[in-house]
Amino acid sequence: MDYSSAVFYFFSFILLFSAIKVITARNPIFSALFLVLSFFSAAGLWLLLQAEFLAIALVLVYVGAVMVLFLFVIMMIDINVEVMKKGFWNYFPAIAFVSIVMLTEIILVLNQPFFKAPALFEAPKKSNTDAIGEVLYSDYVLPFEVAAIILLVAIIAAISLTLRGKKMHKGIDPALQIGVQKSDRIKMIEMKSEKVKIKKRTKRK
Amino acid sequence: MIDLSHFLILAALLFMIGVVGIFLNRKNIIILLMAIELMLLAVNMNFIAFSYYLGDLAGQIFVFFILTVAAAEAAIGLAIIIIVFRNNRTIDVEDINQLKG
Repeated sequence: MDYSSAVFYFFSFILLFSAIKVITARNPIFSALFLVLSFFSAAGLWLLLQAEFLAIALVLVYVGAVMVLFLFVIMMIDINVEVMKKGFWNYFPAIAFVSIVMLTEIILVLNQPFFKAPALFEAPKKSNTDAIGEVLYSDYVLPFEVAAIILLVAIIAAISLTLRGKKMHKGIDPALQIGVQKSDRIKMIEMKSEKVKIKKRTKRK
Repeated sequence: MIDLSHFLILAALLFMIGVVGIFLNRKNIIILLMAIELMLLAVNMNFIAFSYYLGDLAGQIFVFFILTVAAAEAAIGLAIIIIVFRNNRTIDVEDINQLKG
């Protein structure tokens, strides 16, 4: 066994172990931390595949941003762990059967000789980031901009979903303004007419 | 020697763990989202393995876009979870049935 395959087996063992811990851990915080570990070992495997840019992006974007978001949300909402785990293993026999059957089918397909072909690549002349940038900003420039718009929409959606309706201004709600009735504005009061003495006005100088 | 099928089988295992996670964690939406992230990771692993073994960068570009969309999905999903928790005081999937779907 050469060095790279030893590394492959080591990282994939950690990846699968932490993935199993993600879905079975009692405390959601542990799930999130094991998900960080699995992303990290997946990044190691991607480095083995010479995808350096994406490996670093996975660590930066996922571990640095998305998982921190997950941890914040887990800490914000209070979860009753005991209630959460009630009936946890109820459907396990059925789903274990289904998933093992699916896995066997996939592995049977993947064991074809086509998938065992050696790598076709020639040694890269420039860095992976350089190569990706060259393709991304020429052939894929339109999808790149669409991705930017998707991120913008996600920002706006996340903010507008979680923003509490707190009034920070003195403006009047237009719906209230349109729906106003005559009775809201004018109040008719019944009252007797009174006698008022009219004084003589003094002449102004 | 590691060949393509090793990576593909690893990704298949990871995907299966994600599927099992979705079925096991019916009470906790957050872990459901994490299981979805695991499945996306498996898909990305497939793309990168093919990109390496076929000598084509398109796979890595695709992973880049999947990462973008997955980040957006996680942000919006977590925002929805916060609203659901604010309204119901629970994130149990079985209790979220106001829509009567």
